[in-house]
Amino acid sequence: MLINPSSPHSDDGWLERHIVDPSLKSQQPIVLETKQLRVFYGDNEAIHEGDLKFPEHQISALIGPSGSGKSTYLRSLNRMNDGVARVTGEILYRGVDVNRPEIDVYEMRRRIGMVFQRPNPFSKSIYDNITFALKRRGITDKKVLDETVETSLRQAAIWDEVKDKLNKSALALSGGQQQRLCIARAIAVKPDILLLDEPASALDPVSTGKLEETLLKLKKDYTIIIVTHNMQQAARISDFTAFFNMGRALEFDETSQIFTSPKVQLTNNYVAGDFG
Amino acid sequence: MNNKLQKQLLKRSKAAKLERLGKTVSFLALMLITVTVFAIIIFVASKGLSTFFSNHVNVIDFLTGKDWNPNVTNSKGQPEVGVLPMISGSFVVTVLSAILATPFAIGTAIFMTEISPHRGAKILQPVIELLVGIPSVVYGFIGLTVVVPAVRSIFGGSGFGILAGTFVLFVMILPTVTSMSVDALRSVPRYYREAALALGATQWQTIYKVVLRAATPGMLTAIVFGMARAFGEALAVQMVIGNAALLPHSLVSPASTLTSVLTTGIGNTVMGSLQNNALWSLALVLLVMSLIFNLVIRLIGRKGAMSK
Repeated sequence: MLINPSSPHSDDGWLERHIVDPSLKSQQPIVLETKQLRVFYGDNEAIHEGDLKFPEHQISALIGPSGSGKSTYLRSLNRMNDGVARVTGEILYRGVDVNRPEIDVYEMRRRIGMVFQRPNPFSKSIYDNITFALKRRGITDKKVLDETVETSLRQAAIWDEVKDKLNKSALALSGGQQQRLCIARAIAVKPDILLLDEPASALDPVSTGKLEETLLKLKKDYTIIIVTHNMQQAARISDFTAFFNMGRALEFDETSQIFTSPKVQLTNNYVAGDFG
Repeated sequence: MNNKLQKQLLKRSKAAKLERLGKTVSFLALMLITVTVFAIIIFVASKGLSTFFSNHVNVIDFLTGKDWNPNVTNSKGQPEVGVLPMISGSFVVTVLSAILATPFAIGTAIFMTEISPHRGAKILQPVIELLVGIPSVVYGFIGLTVVVPAVRSIFGGSGFGILAGTFVLFVMILPTVTSMSVDALRSVPRYYREAALALGATQWQTIYKVVLRAATPGMLTAIVFGMARAFGEALAVQMVIGNAALLPHSLVSPASTLTSVLTTGIGNTVMGSLQNNALWSLALVLLVMSLIFNLVIRLIGRKGAMSK
């Protein structure tokens, strides 16, 4: 175990685990909750007991060292681990367990969208990137498509930069623009929850700043769960923060609590920069 | 002291000598191949062009003439060496077999890469490799004993002809097109698939709208490679096509291809005679065609690289 003996706190007073129910601290209802979530890669258990609740229209950050399971946890939430890993336990989306085999994952993923670590626009025009998912759902009305393209690009704060080149290839954009395009593409299908897997790790500081601004604006319409390697980023944008270590969510609380007075010693060591 | 250092630095070390040797060997290998290729092209061209320069056959007549009978002179006093029947025979079997093979090849490739990438690929990979390894005379023999009678009883005629040739070539180019399509699909980055799935697209929508689109240049290359193979295949086609140098008027009437006329005729002519030179001209046409196929493949590859 990575415990720093020279920690300012004494041995007593630390909790082994501290998971807060966000509905006690905020007025927002819970939209997503995991119960007894366990993820297996073959016989290897990557996540055990990830029991968290995520409040509506808030940004929740998942932090923790590499290999702590935060990305695996996130990818399980909209079943992107199907066929990759075995996920047991319940994932309650507004009370419905979406981890059951009979759930239509395609419909579920429309409601729980995802943006990945590496910007991954299709090798198509900006316009076609945004309308891709809509067209797959049978929406062909040009007016509806045009409107959706504009509103999603505006929401993702990239409209002004790309409005004159909607028919140009999305791959001609910069990395930061591509990532915001991916966010626009994800929100074009009007999801309820947006999962972001280290969306800024491939971006420079300026692009990261723009991305964070975008996320803060999106908060009023979407519930956002973001995995981040960058603790300052979690502190800047999130309302709640979960600390993962070795496949377990050890602490979940308001972000201000996590960064100023964590209750678990490992969290304290991690946010103090002692390991990670 | 400095003298010693200078001596050490100026003396060629063993590693430097080896380096030089390696460069020389690879350069010699390269030279040998280049010289061989150019020698073949020059030889075939000089032989093939002598039909036009020494025997004074008109190039247009040669390419558009419908009668192939090098031993006979026609009313204009020129030998009957029209290659249109063979060119069209070659093109028809090539195009038909490619049209037939492409959907099967793409379907198999999708199964191996997208639907059952582990177990399916494990079973199909050796099957495809086996199909590539079967000698063409075996394909021809099977064509002769199975395909020709089957074509005869189903479609009528003698059974020998373009249709039988198409079926044999279809099986022969299927593994080539399939394995190259598999490579093309595997080279589509995983994050394209993830992006589509995360947007709520079904697996089929992901395959059809994202993976296949991204793999299109690679798939086209696969098809053109298959066509090049079909165009150049001689033995198996010659065994089932009927070898009548006639303009094909139906799929079940005997026909011939550039290669089948070459393999049947080359042993029966005297070097330097018009009959022999005319066959060399056929070989030249084949060579030019394969160069064109090569060029097309490169163009597709370049276009694919640009759009990425």
